[in-house]
Amino acid sequence: MMLTIKDLHARVEDKIILKGLNLTVKPGEVHAIMGPNGAGKSTLGYVMSGRDGYELVSGSIEMNGEDLMEMDIEERAQQGLFLAFQYPVEIPGVSNMEFMKESVNAIRKARGEEALTAAEFLKIAKEACKQVNLPLDFLKRGVNEGFSGGEKKRNEIMQLILLKPKLVILDESDSGLDIDALKVVADGVNSQRDGKRSFIVVTHYQRLLDFIEPDYVHILADGKIVKSGGPELAKEVESTGYAWLGKPEEAGA
Amino acid sequence: MSEQIEKAIARKYDAGFVSEIESDTFPPGLDEDVIRRISEMKNEPEWMLEWRLQAFRSWLKMKEPDWAHLGYERIDYQSISYYSAPKSMKDKPKSLDEVDPELIRTYEKLGIPLHEQKMLAGVAVDAVFDSVSVVTTFRAKLEEAGVIFCPISEAIQKYPELVKKYLGSVVPRSDNFFAALNCAVFTDGSFVYIPKGVRCPMELSTYFRINELNTGQFERTLIIADEGSHVSYLEGCTAPQRDENQLHAAVVELVALDDAEIKYSTVQNWYPGDENGKGGIYNFVTKRGIAHKNSKISWTQVETGSAITWKYPSCILKGDNSVGEFYSVALTRGRQQADTGTKMIHLGKNTKSTIVSKGISAGNSSNAYRGLVKMGPGADGARNHTECDSLLIGDKCAAHTFPYIESSNPSAIVEHEATTSKVSDDQMFLCKQRGLDAEKAVSMIVNGFCKEVFKELPMEFAVEAGKLLEISLEGSVG
Repeated sequence: MMLTIKDLHARVEDKIILKGLNLTVKPGEVHAIMGPNGAGKSTLGYVMSGRDGYELVSGSIEMNGEDLMEMDIEERAQQGLFLAFQYPVEIPGVSNMEFMKESVNAIRKARGEEALTAAEFLKIAKEACKQVNLPLDFLKRGVNEGFSGGEKKRNEIMQLILLKPKLVILDESDSGLDIDALKVVADGVNSQRDGKRSFIVVTHYQRLLDFIEPDYVHILADGKIVKSGGPELAKEVESTGYAWLGKPEEAGA
Repeated sequence: MSEQIEKAIARKYDAGFVSEIESDTFPPGLDEDVIRRISEMKNEPEWMLEWRLQAFRSWLKMKEPDWAHLGYERIDYQSISYYSAPKSMKDKPKSLDEVDPELIRTYEKLGIPLHEQKMLAGVAVDAVFDSVSVVTTFRAKLEEAGVIFCPISEAIQKYPELVKKYLGSVVPRSDNFFAALNCAVFTDGSFVYIPKGVRCPMELSTYFRINELNTGQFERTLIIADEGSHVSYLEGCTAPQRDENQLHAAVVELVALDDAEIKYSTVQNWYPGDENGKGGIYNFVTKRGIAHKNSKISWTQVETGSAITWKYPSCILKGDNSVGEFYSVALTRGRQQADTGTKMIHLGKNTKSTIVSKGISAGNSSNAYRGLVKMGPGADGARNHTECDSLLIGDKCAAHTFPYIESSNPSAIVEHEATTSKVSDDQMFLCKQRGLDAEKAVSMIVNGFCKEVFKELPMEFAVEAGKLLEISLEGSVG
């Protein structure tokens, strides 16, 4: 099993956000998690990746049979967990190239592989850059420094392509994107679907799922998965919204 | 997260070893006799001794400055030894083969091989150990180009006219308390003269090492770039890890004659003291250059060491169209305190200056930028641009900015920009989520912050400086 989440309860400060979430993901599967704002969608990604302030209360998360909660943030990443951020942060003065080379080599090192030389890395970085339709000078620019919203998202996908993780969480990677940018992001993601890599696609809207077709769709509301189904469930949400959940959209944070 | 960053900043000081070398060291204490003895050890001419004594007499009447944003116990000047030299240097070894191998090993351990064939190609080194210069490399090659690069004690003997003319011409003997002390007791340092129209064929560098206990180091550097010449010079410094504070009070004078260019870079890594502020070097330094017509003086400094740093490399832009630059990275951690910056004194027409200061504070440290931009009445069309950025790591450190602007010329333009930022939890999380450990993350973020300054360093040293920051930040996150 790629991912097994059992009865997950988690909190942010003193507020319980996840209240008994269960999810299993097999290698190669794409699971979409949809739900109203405040349902705990982003929290799930943060708890899984170990962000400070997102605390496990009870339950368990295993990736490839290993307890994720026992690992440091970077260890989880080195084990193959990748989170594409909803709001990627800027790191001024650190070039994208340098940042990604360090990341790739840190992960290679953890896997017992040789570090890539600058020339080797440059080659694959250029390809990845083209693949997400960013000009090559983005490799030289500071990490996310002065990037538009769409460029930041594409930059996240470039990192995904370079890091070759096992399990990918896309945290609202569609937010703020126009249709062209959305297609680029989706194409990038689809190119990484190889039958082994698994994806959790967190989104508020069905739109992204037109381009990244999920195997399963789950509706997350008030900290739990309340309904699961196939791609048709996303279409249903598209036409009915989340009102049937009986909760106002602004519930929670 | 900030706790982890804190931990990442705790550092190992690689240069903290002591060399077992027998030295002739003066007993602690300072009076006219001590100065006479220093002068005698150096076999100096009478005029030099007289110069020292006059400086000493004015020093006696001066008060230690207390305006800096620094807190430390007053220094007892009678408890310091003012001269220490390896015994083996007494016979003045004529070549490297005659130099005590332990001295050579010391520099090798510090990454400064003194055998020319092992050295970085294109860099000549003057190695100063406590109060004497051990060796100056590539002298023959430099002489071919007419460049003089030698210990200042030797220049006093061999080139008295140049020394007499320029020593004290930029930083007068009674300029300030620490400069006056230096004038009285300086022991060694480097002397550089680049003849007219010559582009110095190599990078010149001086490596200062304090080894002996309770000894002060009072180095003196004088660089003269004659008309239309060009030189790039770098200094590095380290000291053993000791519980006692040690004083380093240097004076550096630069003279850029018409159309000349001097680039002066410093990588300062004196022992900073331990986590609790015990030990470390007190670094009170006066550095100043005078720029004549169409000339340029550029200071670049990377300051990571010393318990206390008091240092304001400055430019007097005397000649029309002269240019002054100051690029600085100052990193403080633990209990380190730095009060550093620059003075740009615009006197000539159309003079230009640029100041880029990057202060990084971590731990319980305090980091202050202090800078003066002065536009004299004759500085028509002069311009200054100042950019002053502070980066805070953790929440127990402090950053201060003290800019002073004095303009007596309405046509002069002065611009000042300042920012303060923090290494954010978001940045740390992004780095770690991409597989980087906290130490690597902090050092990368800090290096990014300093990039503008690092690119001003000579290429061979930009990498070193980056690594130095990395070592400085080692263990600061966990």
